[in-house]
Amino acid sequence: MSEEKFDAIIVGAGLAGSTCAYLLAQAGLECLVIDRGNFPGAKNMTGGRLYGHSLEKIIPNFAEEAPIERCIVHEKISFIDEERCTTMEHTTPVATDLESRSYTVLRSKFDQWLAEKAENEGAGYIPGIRVDDLIVRDGKVCGIIAGDEEMEADMVILADGVNSILGEKLGMVSQVTPHHCAVGVKEVIQLSKQQINDRFGCSDNEGAAWLFAGMPSAGQMGGGFIYTNEDSISLGVVFGLHNAGTTDKSVPQMLEDFKNHSAVKPLVEGGKSVEYSGHVVPEGGYAMLPKMVADGVIITGDAAGLCLNVGYTVRGMDLAIASGAAAAKAAIKAKEDGDFSEATLSTYTTELTNSFVMKDMKLYKALPEFLDNPRMFNEYPTMVTAMMNDLFTVNGPSMPLRKTFLPHLKKVGFMNLIKDGVKGVRSI
Amino acid sequence: MKNVVNVDVKLGVNKFFVDENNAHIELVENPDSVEFAKLIAACPAGLYKKDDDGSIQFDYAGCLECGTCRVLCGKTILQKWEYPVGTFGVEYRFG
Ligand SMILES: Cc1cc2nc3c(=O)[nH]c(=O)nc-3n(C[C@H](O)[C@H](O)[C@H](O)COP(=O)(O)OP(=O)(O)OC[C@H]3O[C@@H](n4cnc5c(N)ncnc54)[C@H](O)[C@@H]3O)c2cc1C
Ligand code: SF4
Repeated sequence: MSEEKFDAIIVGAGLAGSTCAYLLAQAGLECLVIDRGNFPGAKNMTGGRLYGHSLEKIIPNFAEEAPIERCIVHEKISFIDEERCTTMEHTTPVATDLESRSYTVLRSKFDQWLAEKAENEGAGYIPGIRVDDLIVRDGKVCGIIAGDEEMEADMVILADGVNSILGEKLGMVSQVTPHHCAVGVKEVIQLSKQQINDRFGCSDNEGAAWLFAGMPSAGQMGGGFIYTNEDSISLGVVFGLHNAGTTDKSVPQMLEDFKNHSAVKPLVEGGKSVEYSGHVVPEGGYAMLPKMVADGVIITGDAAGLCLNVGYTVRGMDLAIASGAAAAKAAIKAKEDGDFSEATLSTYTTELTNSFVMKDMKLYKALPEFLDNPRMFNEYPTMVTAMMNDLFTVNGPSMPLRKTFLPHLKKVGFMNLIKDGVKGVRSI
Repeated sequence: MKNVVNVDVKLGVNKFFVDENNAHIELVENPDSVEFAKLIAACPAGLYKKDDDGSIQFDYAGCLECGTCRVLCGKTILQKWEYPVGTFGVEYRFG
């Protein structure tokens, strides 16, 4: 096999990898995508919400043909403690501007579709192969090693996701630490289309994104989520790993308790669990970004830590797509120049810096630290649900609202409220 | 809590191709119990277990390949953490 040399080998057929392959093939480059799963998407999971803007720029009107689940029109955010739940809801019509739309997706289907698009443009795919190492000659990456096979290329694009063992081997990515990531666990629960429409107040093709702060992550950094798919819902919990060992509750138990919460149980009642998945979410933010370019190599997507924890939601898919596209641009330029050195490939980082990717990474730079405060996930949810409870409970003469609310605010502490308020505003 | 989770039942609906000849994750001998406790709590597949008699168990079949145990204990009580060889391991039908 090593007689044949590719322009680029891409490791990982996730969103970053396949977006890159699509654009490279379209530009006429010979590229090969290798994935360890039996098909693209076989190893991938996500929460569920794809902000469409970055893919829209590459494949206009993609939602017409892609296996998206539902277009999100209902947003819900809840503060939730062990018993109670206070929810804020926001509904909008489907945006007329395609780039403003977001969709729920299931990756096993979605990634296969994107890979097929790339294949149709001429990209080669080899599934079922784990890349074990990279060929490095004189400090330049020149190909990949899988088992005892070697394949050569002018450059390699790493799109191998969080836990980028290959990026670590190159000394570019440092191993994710518990302080900079979370574990996500999710159940896909099958219901009929009609049941979902009724329970979430949706019509066909339209759906809800619902985030929960508080008890799902046992009062620690993290949260719960529900996304409505076409005929199933994605129910999950994200839990910051630096808090592992601080709570007796196991992560699978967190998901189970969340699923059985009185506000959630009726929504999944009668549904059939069809899959249980887990994945790590990189949450280090801007401060933890690795070296992303070296001679003959570019690192994209989760592998490069390009994922945002913006408190109420995790965003990584639109960044993975945009970074895959930026890598393609750099690779096409390198091919034109016949130069695959770090200097030429650095158009990748310039491209990212000028795009929403780095702008958003910078914008939310202070957020991981701000959120890593148990008050956000414990005291505040309890405070809000308790205040609402008092507001809606009538069991004798009512008290002035001021008197009802004050004790709850006092419990958290006025200074804390002011401090977190100020810091919160500064970090967004 | 009221409903004690049974992770094995949840994993039971997943599709796995277990590589019987090759464990992709291995613990060191006599792992430190504080470190092990982190994995009991954090592994989404609940694969790190402690029996009533205090003996510990780990089975790599059922692994979701998330990397949580590697992040937490890759430098302490795990002597090996790799992705399963290509084609093996979990296969998501939904994801
Ligand atoms: C619980 C959870 C909820 C999330 N919610 C959202 C959300 O709602 N919205 C959002 O935008 N983002 C969300 N994210 C983040 C998002 O899922 C990721 O940022 C995104 O999937 C990253 O895409 P990627 O292409 O970089 O990597 P992946 O999708 O992880 O792809 C990596 C690919 O590389 C392959 N691979 C890895 N190593 C090798 C190897 N050695 N050899 C061969 N192949 C290899 C894998 O099989 C895989 O196909 C969430 C993440 C989690 C875990
Ligand atoms: S990789 Fe994830 S699922 Fe597999 S054993 Fe480690 S923590 Fe458990």
